[in-house]
Amino acid sequence: MTSIQTEPRSGSRSGVGASVPRPDGTLKVTGEFAYSSDLWLDGMLWGATLRSPHPSAWIRSIDIGPALAMPGVFAVLTHEDVPGEKFYGLEHRDQPVLAVDQVRYQGEPVALVAADHPETARRAAAAIIVAYEPREAVVDPRRAAFDPSCPPVHPHGNLVRHQPVRVGDRFQAEVVVTGEYEVGMQDQAFLGPESGLAVPAEDGGVDLFIATQWLHVDQDQVAPCLGLPKEKVRLSLAGVGGAFGAREDLSMQIHASMLALRTGRPVKIVYGREESFFGHVHRHPAWMRYEHGATADGRLVYVRAEILLDGGAYCSTSRAVVGNAASLGVGPYEVDNVRIDAYGVYTNNPPCGAMRGFGAVQACYAYESQMDRLAEACGLSPVEIRIRNAVSQGSRLATGQVVDSPAPLAGMLRELAAMPLPGSTVTRRSITEPSSAKPSSAEPVPDLRSLPGGVSQTTHGEGVRRGVGYGVGIKNICFSEGFDDYSTARVRVELLGGEPHVLVHTAAAEVGQGLITVKAQIARTELGIDKVTVAPADTSVGSAGSSSASRQSYVTGGAVKAACEAVRERLDSLRAGDPELGLVELLERFGPVEETREYRHRPTFPMDPVTGQGDSHTQLALCVHRAVVDVDVELGLVKVVELAAVQDVGRILNPVALEGQIHGGTAQGLGLALMEEIQVRDGRVLNPSFTDYLIPTILDMPPMRLSILENPDPHAPYGLRGAGEPPTLSSTPAVAAAVRAATGLELPRVPIRPEDIALAAPS
Amino acid sequence: MDFLRPLTWDEALAYKAGRPEATPIQGGTDVMVEINLDKGRPAALLDLNPISELTGWSAEGRTVRVGAGVTYSRLIGELGSLLPGLAQAARTVGSPQIRNRGTVAGNLGAASPAGDSHPPLLASGAVVEAESARGRRMIPIGEFYTGVKRNALAPDELIRAVHVPAATGPQYFSKIGTRNAMVIAVCSFAIALHPGERRIGTGIGSAAPTPRRAVAAEEFLAGELDWDGRSALDPGVARRFGELVAEAASPIDDVRGRADYRLHSLSVMARRALGWAWKDYAGRGSA
Ligand SMILES: Cc1cc2nc3c(=O)[nH]c(=O)nc-3n(C[C@H](O)[C@H](O)[C@H](O)COP(=O)(O)OP(=O)(O)OC[C@H]3O[C@@H](n4cnc5c(N)ncnc54)[C@H](O)[C@@H]3O)c2cc1C
Repeated sequence: MTSIQTEPRSGSRSGVGASVPRPDGTLKVTGEFAYSSDLWLDGMLWGATLRSPHPSAWIRSIDIGPALAMPGVFAVLTHEDVPGEKFYGLEHRDQPVLAVDQVRYQGEPVALVAADHPETARRAAAAIIVAYEPREAVVDPRRAAFDPSCPPVHPHGNLVRHQPVRVGDRFQAEVVVTGEYEVGMQDQAFLGPESGLAVPAEDGGVDLFIATQWLHVDQDQVAPCLGLPKEKVRLSLAGVGGAFGAREDLSMQIHASMLALRTGRPVKIVYGREESFFGHVHRHPAWMRYEHGATADGRLVYVRAEILLDGGAYCSTSRAVVGNAASLGVGPYEVDNVRIDAYGVYTNNPPCGAMRGFGAVQACYAYESQMDRLAEACGLSPVEIRIRNAVSQGSRLATGQVVDSPAPLAGMLRELAAMPLPGSTVTRRSITEPSSAKPSSAEPVPDLRSLPGGVSQTTHGEGVRRGVGYGVGIKNICFSEGFDDYSTARVRVELLGGEPHVLVHTAAAEVGQGLITVKAQIARTELGIDKVTVAPADTSVGSAGSSSASRQSYVTGGAVKAACEAVRERLDSLRAGDPELGLVELLERFGPVEETREYRHRPTFPMDPVTGQGDSHTQLALCVHRAVVDVDVELGLVKVVELAAVQDVGRILNPVALEGQIHGGTAQGLGLALMEEIQVRDGRVLNPSFTDYLIPTILDMPPMRLSILENPDPHAPYGLRGAGEPPTLSSTPAVAAAVRAATGLELPRVPIRPEDIALAAPS
Repeated sequence: MDFLRPLTWDEALAYKAGRPEATPIQGGTDVMVEINLDKGRPAALLDLNPISELTGWSAEGRTVRVGAGVTYSRLIGELGSLLPGLAQAARTVGSPQIRNRGTVAGNLGAASPAGDSHPPLLASGAVVEAESARGRRMIPIGEFYTGVKRNALAPDELIRAVHVPAATGPQYFSKIGTRNAMVIAVCSFAIALHPGERRIGTGIGSAAPTPRRAVAAEEFLAGELDWDGRSALDPGVARRFGELVAEAASPIDDVRGRADYRLHSLSVMARRALGWAWKDYAGRGSA
């Protein structure tokens, strides 16, 4: 069903623009890929983590005696055994390696065990006696933000960041719509749980094999806690089973290293599925109040918004998430008067941090819901209201930043709206269930799999109504707000068996997005050499920055390109005396040529703390979605019939990998719209399993119709625009809007639960 | 943990008599999950897989005897017309992998209120064939479920087969889940028309501590239906039937759904399933 309308550029068959298959693809599908959880060394020990059952408690004592006494146990460690700094964190070092005298969320690590068998380690951890004194848990983020009598989760208070945006002073308009919206806590739900292997080294350091998103930022946090210089903490990337932001924060890195250094043996830690839900941060749940004012013909006059994000017990990346929610809080629309207040707070709920879309997702759901309300109030179609207010190149965002590369949003919306709509499912009666479990009906029923509820057979068409909805999103690509964001690549050209060969070495984490393939494609295009090897990622080369913010093709891609160019220049200068010299002869004469380059995107600047003004982003990316859904309005069950998307990626590097990103991002957005939520009550997670944390299956994710545009960004390598996140933003509001269209309900909260539809009084 | 591997049924009974605490394992789709999640630590596993007689089914008179080792996939593939309600339920269980391993006997052994086999077994009036070294016992399905995840088996008993009356009229199974596949029931409902006896069978899942019938709804409906004339269903009767089905349930709020939603959706499912079943029945009559 998918069609890409733009043709890949010609050139090297396996260079930039070609659908080069990924090396890990077949291995993953056939179950042969080695994930970090498959790491193994003879004589290794297994680590286990004792976690807090309480969202908030004092720790009066910890008795490790019973655990130590168990045969097979080699070490039991508490915060007293942390060799160096006792706290770590990505933005703010507020998170204890192991709880110190108190716990602030359910699942917080309290003690560690190393044993010769994972089962022994788990049992020993359970044998540790911790005397907790539970205390009031702060679980209401609004109270945490605004009620001075709320107990502080940290000594410095509960406000992690308040970022205002202030533009203009006209907050009156002919048409005014208001709304309150809520986004539940989504999980990244990667399939490969947190895991890694720490190996003590002869120099007193440690070699850590780990599934992560950014090796160097792990190193920066691990080394001080181990009391070691950075060069003695060497990290290598192990097979990553998905990330989506959940591997930006540390999980077991310091723990396994501590146990390895203490026991002198390699130590492996693998979280179980339930533990994994406590082992990483989630997407911030959000509570948002919006007011949009417009002229009668639907042109935005002002937007007022309050965005409250619950960061849970520790800071993680909450500050940057708040920055995104604030700076992108009105969406890709032109509006002269803006008053936004975005807050991130500490509570005793599960810690929240990075997840695909990063603060922009939550705001997008709210502002898009508002655009639909405004369309209705102005008597315009959802597409028309968006076109009338769409940004384009030259537009000024709420932060004052001018969009200085193509942003053809109006055209994208027109193209999306012009795509053909899928036919009706309910009246299509030709397809029947292939299995003999088909109902004993005399009259053929439509294929149950195409109806809300699927083969669970809740309807044969009764109560089913169709709805169509649109969503638009804008995402910043790369790190923002003045972050020194760069990547490093080392490229070497040499003769192997008489043939020129390229070795590309970076520390960038392949987390499933296909970066390894893209790096090799760039090297082929830049050097014209077909044989390219991508070296495993480790800390023996400079930092690549994080595999997040849709940035690696841009920044590490840029670094590989720069290093290749440097190699080319070096080859040219070697050849200077003898222009006729071929590459093989050149390399024979001068030996291998190697260059290392750092690449930085254009600098960004902080947001003004009072007005929110500033060129805080380096690149912005747009995606638009149209969702077609069938809703069983009586039962509240939804079948998404089709999702269509138009995305501008500047330049397509690998069509098949790109499509995968758009499909995946869209599916994750669909999940947030309809089912994905970590349910938390009184600070406790109610559904830490894939039985009850539901992610879309193949029967939930419909076929997609895609149009991918290439309007190059002149500032980026090859003109590319980061692509992984934008589809995650816009698919959620599109699906929600379609369900609203089918039901006539307001549905101000995602995920939309069946009872929100079935038990609602029609509005 | 001991791993007991009987090769014959008698051997299995002997093992179970000697070690009543041993946990039987058939498909393992419940047992292994419990073990992997560290929820239970059985002293011994009693592996029933080598016993080939358990994997057969046979039609005995008007009843189908389904061996304890018959998987959902085979139910779907082989018993769709004899046991349509059970086959439809089987089609909704888990994913293809789970259906290739999981069994009705395992569903009965686990006795989860959310198990998908239970409503159609109740609606059809199935009988569980339980056996121990002491002898054989036929347990009517209505007496089998004794509490949340508890059943009427004695510690030394094993399920050998389930006897399910072959369908004599239309049957439907319907299940609410928050996604369109691979989902544990929020609640579920089964209906079986027994025209010969002018009787209705029902089964409710995931809406009470145990799976149960909606007896008042069955009795009400049996008296209202035009069995001979096969005239169209009175919408008022269908609605009342749905209400009575919901009244038979006593659901709770939990992580999968709210009690009021369960009641509401049960009444909708019951009304719709009755509509499908009656349409089939009426359609057949006029044909
Ligand atoms: C991913 C997944 C999805 C699932 N989805 C569903 C679903 O949609 N619907 C649903 O109903 N269930 C579902 N289940 C649960 C499970 O698949 C079913 O309950 C299945 O019927 C169990 O059958 P089994 O043969 O695998 O049982 P086992 O795991 O082998 O056994 C289950 C229980 O029955 C006992 N037992 C097994 N055989 C006998 C016997 N002959 N005599 C006495 N006791 C016995 C065992 O001791 C154990 O207590 C799912 C499970 C998984 C892992």
